[in-house]
Amino acid sequence: MSNKKNKKLTPTQQQYQAFAKAREPEPSVVRNCLRAFLVGGLICTFGQALQMMFINYFNFTEETAGDPTVAVLIIISTLLTGFGMYDHIAQWAGAGTIIPVTGFANTVASASIEHRSEGFVLGVGGNMFKLAGSVIAYGVFSAFVVAIIKITIQALGGM
Amino acid sequence: MEKFLWAFVVGGSICVVAQIMMDVFKLTPAHTTSTLVVVGAILGGLGWYEPIIKFAGAGASVPISSFGNSLVKGALEEAKRSGIIGVLAGIFEVTSAGISAAIIFGFMSALIFKPKG
Repeated sequence: MSNKKNKKLTPTQQQYQAFAKAREPEPSVVRNCLRAFLVGGLICTFGQALQMMFINYFNFTEETAGDPTVAVLIIISTLLTGFGMYDHIAQWAGAGTIIPVTGFANTVASASIEHRSEGFVLGVGGNMFKLAGSVIAYGVFSAFVVAIIKITIQALGGM
Repeated sequence: MEKFLWAFVVGGSICVVAQIMMDVFKLTPAHTTSTLVVVGAILGGLGWYEPIIKFAGAGASVPISSFGNSLVKGALEEAKRSGIIGVLAGIFEVTSAGISAAIIFGFMSALIFKPKG
């Protein structure tokens, strides 16, 4: 493909392309992964601490403690998004802030705030799931398929 | 204390997998999260996700892949109670708190905050 592209360019342009490519900063995958590991791990550890707090002090069980934990994480992430701090952290941490449930809340909150100027119904209401919608759509559809397959297999006597 | 360590390691590892998908395979964040959700749903259907949650706690339940697992879990549990229609009725049963919280607080944030920049 790059040969096809190069044919259209003059020799000088080709030289420049090679020159520019050699000087592009290498995207440091290792550094990004370390940051993602650190921040993602810390968010999960914080979630674990919240979960233990709800179990030990508020009489939740291991099963039910998930809901308040997620809710608290979402409140914190929404507030940080509103104050414009989540984007700064996300810039540094990459997937470390996108993958935990806080990233889901961040996309909902940031889309809501961003489209506020278009009105509360068409702007906020209509665009709230602009980024988070794909997660819900693919999650629900794949869960539906998986559940149907599993039920069919069980009905046929397997598993 | 051990639970915290495993939450950190497992949660961090899932984020590293996502970071590699974004950096090496050049996927957008939306593609990455959607893929993880689908993977979580498949692992949930195979019954492999719950053992990871037992082992790593929030390390497996906070990343978005647990969303897929919870959707499958809700669908299957409700299907056991009320037959095949339970797949539709129960799909949001477990994840309702997360989605409702995101909608409610997202809306409130739009009421309070003004866009930056």
